[in-house]
Amino acid sequence: MKTATVETNRPPPRSVDLPTLLAGGWVLLMLFTALAAPLMAPYEITSIDLRHRLAPPVGFGGTMLHVLGTDDLGRDVASRLFYSIRTSLLVAFGATAISVLVGTGIGFIAAYFRGLVEHALLLMIDVQASLPFLIVALAMLACFGNSLTLFVALMGLYGWERNARLARGLAITASAQGYASATRQLGAHPLRVYLRHILPNSAATLLVGATVTFPEIVLVESGLSFLGLGVQPPMTSLGVMVAAGREYITRASWMLLAPSLVIVITAVAVSVLGDWLRDKLDPTLK
Amino acid sequence: MSAVFRFAGPKVLRAGLSILIVVTFTFVVLRASGDPALQILGPSARAPDLEAFRRHWGLDQPLYVQYVRYVLAALHCDFGNSMLAGKPALQLVFERVPLTLALMLPALALTMLIGIPVGAYAAMHRDTWVDRSVMMLTVFGFTVPSFVLGLLLILIFSVTLGLFPSGGADRPESFVLPVLTLGLGGAAIIARFTRSAMIEVLSQLYIVAASAKGVTWRQVVRHHAFPNAIIPVLTLFGLMLGGQVAGAVLVESVFGWPGIGQLLVVSVANRDLAVVQVILLLVALTMTSANLLMDLLYGVFDPRLRGTNSGSQ
Amino acid sequence: MTLLRLNNITRRFPLGSPLYGPRKYLVAVDGVSLDVEMGRTTGIVGESGCGKSTTGRIALGLEPPDSGGVLFQGLPLPRIDSKKWRAQRRQMQLVFQDTLAALDRRMTVSALIAEPLAIHGIGDPASRKQRVAELLHGVGLGEGHGMLYPHQLSGGQRQRVVLARALAPKPSLLVCDEPVSALDLSVQAQIVNLLMDLQQELGLGLLFISHDLRVVRHVSDRIVVMYLGRVVEQGRADAIIDQPAHPYTQALVSAMPRLPGGFDHYVALPGEPPSPTDRPCGCPFHPRCPLARDVCRQSLPELLPLGPERQVACHLVRH
Ligand SMILES: Nc1ncnc2c1ncn2[C@@H]1O[C@H](COP(=O)(O)OP(=O)(O)OP(=O)(O)O)[C@@H](O)[C@H]1O
Ligand SMILES: [Mg+2]
Repeated sequence: MKTATVETNRPPPRSVDLPTLLAGGWVLLMLFTALAAPLMAPYEITSIDLRHRLAPPVGFGGTMLHVLGTDDLGRDVASRLFYSIRTSLLVAFGATAISVLVGTGIGFIAAYFRGLVEHALLLMIDVQASLPFLIVALAMLACFGNSLTLFVALMGLYGWERNARLARGLAITASAQGYASATRQLGAHPLRVYLRHILPNSAATLLVGATVTFPEIVLVESGLSFLGLGVQPPMTSLGVMVAAGREYITRASWMLLAPSLVIVITAVAVSVLGDWLRDKLDPTLK
Repeated sequence: MSAVFRFAGPKVLRAGLSILIVVTFTFVVLRASGDPALQILGPSARAPDLEAFRRHWGLDQPLYVQYVRYVLAALHCDFGNSMLAGKPALQLVFERVPLTLALMLPALALTMLIGIPVGAYAAMHRDTWVDRSVMMLTVFGFTVPSFVLGLLLILIFSVTLGLFPSGGADRPESFVLPVLTLGLGGAAIIARFTRSAMIEVLSQLYIVAASAKGVTWRQVVRHHAFPNAIIPVLTLFGLMLGGQVAGAVLVESVFGWPGIGQLLVVSVANRDLAVVQVILLLVALTMTSANLLMDLLYGVFDPRLRGTNSGSQ
Repeated sequence: MTLLRLNNITRRFPLGSPLYGPRKYLVAVDGVSLDVEMGRTTGIVGESGCGKSTTGRIALGLEPPDSGGVLFQGLPLPRIDSKKWRAQRRQMQLVFQDTLAALDRRMTVSALIAEPLAIHGIGDPASRKQRVAELLHGVGLGEGHGMLYPHQLSGGQRQRVVLARALAPKPSLLVCDEPVSALDLSVQAQIVNLLMDLQQELGLGLLFISHDLRVVRHVSDRIVVMYLGRVVEQGRADAIIDQPAHPYTQALVSAMPRLPGGFDHYVALPGEPPSPTDRPCGCPFHPRCPLARDVCRQSLPELLPLGPERQVACHLVRH
């Protein structure tokens, strides 16, 4: 596939600046942690050690036994942090995949049928604009209760309208180009035209859209988990840890700070990386 | 007259349609979430009681009859009782409205008061270290979620420094941290937006022409650039409101602020559907009106948009 | 035997917004009838905007005519985008002018040529590979070209790929819409000759569209001359070139570089090329016709026979 990239008039390779490099490094570290959490964690996340309750981290009077200290039940904060990263990223990953798939599907359908279907889509986008996602998510959780599958599916609704609008625009541009009508006139089923031709040609831009959706879902997930309405114990996620740490904010601030810092740094890193990716892949995307 | 109607008509229609869709959405979700009779009377209820309950609330009617009744009741502001408090859901929600507004309005003011000057200043000192550090800060401002920001502020200002209380709504100082938390994120967005709007306006020809005529730079900015840059910023207000509403839910929860957000979280946790539904409709109504107002105001400010039917995007 | 028959085809496009005011129409094709014989070539020639491409698209069933009918192998075309319509694409193929746009730039030449085989479920992967190699060879490309991407080929090579792709499912009708207009003269000749060889070999019916009478004359058995959406003259190629009857055809023929059989004197075409949005009344050609009379300004000439297999629409021609 390497030969497919157009060689002509590509701008001279720009050196990546330091913030982008750091951001990339951090995101890679997070991905690695998510994958390797079981190997990295020194303890089980549920293993209680009542003799070492609220032990401080190394450097604040703690020992190497619990590098980031322990929580109110003497559970290892570092181990819980690794697993939280794993859960949060997995939920966000699944939800982003759903959001992009659903959005792309709806966008393509709108582009194919035009007319009434398209108007309906625009109206749905209006409705979405009149309700903050967090509120909708809370209402759905109130009605349907909480399970991990449902929660991921619900998170997957986040940003679908933006992805749908993007996909619709891409599909309309692509069908105006010759290759789509050429394939149609070969006798191809519309599904083939969309899946084999328009989709691969739009994939790069859709992927950039996904990098915008992903960090936002991480934030919504941690927010809902913080409210106690997202990921449920005994599973743990970054929001769950923040919520637990909040009770001990005066006595054991590390319980709060460790997950908070991970959330903040990850959000900033993904934002920096997203800007870079957008500049590089698709300067037309807003 | 007809031009005004042509401009405003579709927007009002779409706003009304949006609300109707939200009402329909709540109806569908409520019906899909299970049998209300079972939910309210409990799983141990006897069959005749369930039957009577269903007949009493019209649940034995065809779905479209139920739907029409539901919409009519909503029009009469009849949303049923809170299961938890035993009071009408509407009353329960409106008792909390003032407290939430007391949080959101100062926060919105703060958003504008910090965001606009900072953005304008950064634009006028473009590419200096001030500009760059401000922009770096704003990245943090809008990526850090409000509940994390709130807890960090508590950690610094109430746990470590002991300046402000960490929760409650009883003293004037109690307002400081929640309002700051809610306002700072929005301020970062407004600052970035103001900056780019200003930069665009400053690069336009008539500004250059005005400054060539010997008017001082300060005057150019005050009388030409700033008024032109501020219009698009004001229209961002509708979008900001959505962020503020979502933010309020988290911030109220962090600071134990007894507003609508906290009521929502408690109601969701207890599956008190009547209350959740009232809040959902209230938010949708507020946001839709705000968006509509902004759209119409934008038309007033920018007469080019009137008459042309630039509806959909 | 007649492969394709267009019967009094009309196609109009609405102008302006559908909501306000009375609808106006642009008549792109107006009462066109023509035949394509099996294994033969019918050429359509005319200025830009006279409705050649639209006629071609209607002939292929890619868009419906507003009135009139299309018969393919004696049967009307199935509804557009229906299952039968898609299956019938195997029989009727199109060759584009803009080959770079017509080829998905993410697919290799081999994959592009194999695609119609996959779409119609012809053969298994191994036999498709074999067929692609045959086709590449058939259009004068090497096996190595199969691994390249469209933008890595020259315009002439791309046109060969488009041709191979169209021929892959062994169609019986090929519509070529300005297949060589974008190419150099020498490459034009190569492609045109290739097309004619392949036609001989495969017995294809060909509808060949071009604004260039030289190319049309070279490939066609029959020539249809169009002007502002109407047929002004049609007949056997040699007859049209040797004795053009319509003043417009005469102008076209005389504008050709001197070839055996060309006209000795040059009949210049005065005036602007016509616009289909405001067509003149009477004979559409009269504003530019050196011989125009009063009758030409008032009534539309009908397409009437002139000798065997020959029709002309001109008041001044004695039928
Ligand atoms: N989809 C369409 N919508 C509106 N008008 C159209 C459409 N397709 C073609 N037309 C109009 O119909 C007329 C004939 O177009 P057509 O493409 O058939 O001409 P042509 O003879 O192929 O010209 P060229 O030699 O430039 O390709 C033109 O005036 C064109 O503007
Ligand atoms: Mg054409």
